[in-house]
Amino acid sequence: MEKKIRVLVAKVGLDGHDRGAKVVARFLRDAGFEVIYTGLHRTPQEVAMAAVEEDVDVIGISLHSGAHMTLVPKVLNYIREYGGNPDELVVLVGGIVPEDEFDELKTKGVDGIFIPGTPISEIVDFINQKVKEKRNKA
Amino acid sequence: MEVDEIVEGILSGNKRYLARAITYVENEFPEGKEILKRVYGRTGKAHVVGITGFPGVGKSTIVSKLTQEFRRRGKTVGIVAIDPGSPFTGGALLGDRLRMDGLDTNRDLWIDPGVFFRSMSSRGRAGGLAAKTGDAVRLMDAFGFDVVLVETVGAGQSEVDIIEVADTSIVALMPEMGDDIQINKAGILEIGDIYVVNKADLGGAEKTERWIKAMLMMDEEAVEILTKTTHAQEYEVQSGKIFDKIARSGWKPPVIKTIADKGEGIPELADAIEEHFKYLKESGMLIETRKKRLTREMTEILVNEIKKYLRSNRAVDFDKIVEKVTSNNLDPHTAVEKILKSILK
Repeated sequence: MEKKIRVLVAKVGLDGHDRGAKVVARFLRDAGFEVIYTGLHRTPQEVAMAAVEEDVDVIGISLHSGAHMTLVPKVLNYIREYGGNPDELVVLVGGIVPEDEFDELKTKGVDGIFIPGTPISEIVDFINQKVKEKRNKA
Repeated sequence: MEVDEIVEGILSGNKRYLARAITYVENEFPEGKEILKRVYGRTGKAHVVGITGFPGVGKSTIVSKLTQEFRRRGKTVGIVAIDPGSPFTGGALLGDRLRMDGLDTNRDLWIDPGVFFRSMSSRGRAGGLAAKTGDAVRLMDAFGFDVVLVETVGAGQSEVDIIEVADTSIVALMPEMGDDIQINKAGILEIGDIYVVNKADLGGAEKTERWIKAMLMMDEEAVEILTKTTHAQEYEVQSGKIFDKIARSGWKPPVIKTIADKGEGIPELADAIEEHFKYLKESGMLIETRKKRLTREMTEILVNEIKKYLRSNRAVDFDKIVEKVTSNNLDPHTAVEKILKSILK
């Protein structure tokens, strides 16, 4: 049996903008994924532990606060601290990220960055392809 | 990840391995079965508590507050929360976890080492649970949690599978969900060991409470009257598990009013849950129920294995026998007797 793809959609820190995260969560559901939504204002520790306990394939962090450079690496570090392996995960960031920071964010372990206006099919295709790659490697 | 590594991880209390084991079991990987075999000896200690009720009555909030209460009492808690998976796309939006209290309480349940939360999709299955809920509960039991809470899909009226998994079943309701006829309909309102009227600060909570109590009294009376009739034995056969439970249990299900988001009524609910477990143990009902359940489970496994055997074994040409029966050269009963003979020799 093919393993179902599980996705954690997370909001971290002081950032109340969840419309985007909810819309993405809903569309990923319709694409056949099992989506777990964290709700607002989670700490990096909470999101990391959720990723470990829920044993997800994908973690999507939504940020509109500008704190992505700080918070995303924190989440990934805590995943490692809790016994998980962030390299096995497909790590996505969504929301407001300046384009000139894409490369640096990717060096910090992020696989894909999706800013407002991204067609949902692009995210779905990206997830399907990346999960397959990572599973083959594992 | 290897089976050995996972089993060792579970037995040494590492959450990451418990998480992976549930994934294997949920997706029916062969490793999952192997892990279950290996940890079975460690199961049977946890108190499995089920919470069911209509969508929106506050099941997830009750679970969150109960978890806090149990942690305060020094107990560790595993949680399996099931939400519906789409029968159309296979996808699911699992939204029970987000009700767990995070920063707004003293104890952050999300990162508490004594708490483990797992969301599960029903994957289109009816009944209120996912197919592998029981196995996930077993893994949590083996991991060593004192209490395992199982939150069902928001149930309609007939999703009663939870009684196959839980030692203690809680049925959660809220005011103004219908009249006393709704309360007396068969189905999930028959299965409670404990009833909760949540959102008790809304008007009408007393009325709902009264109706449930009246329903429970009628249950008792019905059993008493029916067991006195000349057809008592017949009723006993027809009435099945539920009447059986009421008739012999001696447990009177309490009705507890809660305002879960404020934590009101939660200590009382936790008391009732602990009391019920004590009662189950002392009365011998715990062992008896688990025995019955295992009988059903093993029968199911056996039937599945026979099916698999028939599909894979070349000694029995099932299709050919079916053809014979189709062309009236053999009757179905004789055919099955023949098959059984060849399997059992």
